[in-house]
Amino acid sequence: MIAMSTRHILLGLLASGPSHGYDLKRRHDERFPQARPLAYGQVYTTLQRLVRDGLAEIDATESDGGPERTTYRATADGERELTEWAREIAPPAPFVTNEIFAKVVVAILSGGDPDAYLRAQRAAHMGRMRELTQVKTAKGADLATVLSADYALNHLDADLRWMTTTAARLTTLTAEVDTA
Amino acid sequence: MSTTVPLLAARDLVKAHGPTEALRGASLELRAGEILAVTGASGSGKSTLLHCLAGIVRPDAGSVSYAGEQLHTLSEKRLSELRRTDFGVVFQFGQLIPELTALDNVALPLMLAGAARKDAQVRGQEWLERFGVLGQEALRPGEMSGGQAQRTALARALVTDPKVVFADEPTGALDSLASEQVMTALTHTAGEQGTAVLLITHDAQVAAYADRELRLNDGVVAPQEVAA
Ligand SMILES: Nc1ncnc2c1ncn2[C@@H]1O[C@H](COP(=O)(O)OP(=O)(O)O)[C@@H](O)[C@H]1O
Ligand SMILES: [Mg+2]
Repeated sequence: MIAMSTRHILLGLLASGPSHGYDLKRRHDERFPQARPLAYGQVYTTLQRLVRDGLAEIDATESDGGPERTTYRATADGERELTEWAREIAPPAPFVTNEIFAKVVVAILSGGDPDAYLRAQRAAHMGRMRELTQVKTAKGADLATVLSADYALNHLDADLRWMTTTAARLTTLTAEVDTA
Repeated sequence: MSTTVPLLAARDLVKAHGPTEALRGASLELRAGEILAVTGASGSGKSTLLHCLAGIVRPDAGSVSYAGEQLHTLSEKRLSELRRTDFGVVFQFGQLIPELTALDNVALPLMLAGAARKDAQVRGQEWLERFGVLGQEALRPGEMSGGQAQRTALARALVTDPKVVFADEPTGALDSLASEQVMTALTHTAGEQGTAVLLITHDAQVAAYADRELRLNDGVVAPQEVAA
């Protein structure tokens, strides 16, 4: 199994043609607007490693009077690696190591107030979902922005549904304890 | 909290359907132009709350005030006039009149308010266009997709330029893309007109179009938490 990495993202960006480091960073940040922007240093290091592993190579070095700029292109091996990665099924991960889950369990174990925590967490989730909805429905939002907002919205929504079910289970559980 | 007087305020509403206590002391405020989502499990009393707020059902106890008037002190005549002029309602079930075309469904509230059929149809057409129901004005509800029917129902609720729109699960039976279209049309139009919207939904992604969310649990509005 091949893990998701900056390598594959850069290879993906190089698939549309040779590009230099700064350009790759800029296109990454545009394509994945909800992701953390790539540090230029990280782009540079990753390009060096791709070259070392034979997945990318130097296309040209220009210096038009200004500072030197190296453009890179993917090799045939790089293209193969990218195709393989894109086809690879991502593991349907059970996200139970999540912090929200841990906090609810700890609140239950320690006799805290999981219900109040769940309400506050819901309010925070809803606040973020409102922001994402505005981003997604703003005039001129491009496809990458809409897709990444949708992705985040669906995951926050899944958290909320789990939180709602948990709150309902807590009520039932408390009732059982009270009548015992 | 804003210091402005709310447009609509409910205090300690109680309403039973036979032995079932649907509302057990629900309170809320809706400000002018605000979009408020009310969410909650099915059976938590959302529809009953909407019916009380819109003056369709009288609560057993508690009060609803609208623009400074207590709804329970109004005569039936005054109440139905208010519902016609200031409120627009999208019901959860069977909202459109099956025998009428989309256009006639939308034009009907204007005609009930005294507009000539021709004028009502011109304005109805404009509203259908705003909600993206184009070329379907001659269809009857049975011939429309769920999304078209919902958008027609919203156009009908907004056509009289009400101060408040009450929408009960307007995206209930729709898939996510159709929901998105309905919600975008509703929030853009309400924003332009300054219409307040009370939006009932069980879907958090739909509630995220609102300015604020209140949760109903077993007929009571849950305490408000301040988001971190
Ligand atoms: N007309 C009615 N007759 C009897 N029971 C009703 C009626 N309307 C609602 N109820 C009951 O009142 C409760 C709240 O219903 P409702 O307001 O429709 O909730 P929601 O819209 O949140 O699903 C439910 O238990 C429901 O079964
Ligand atoms: Mg309902």
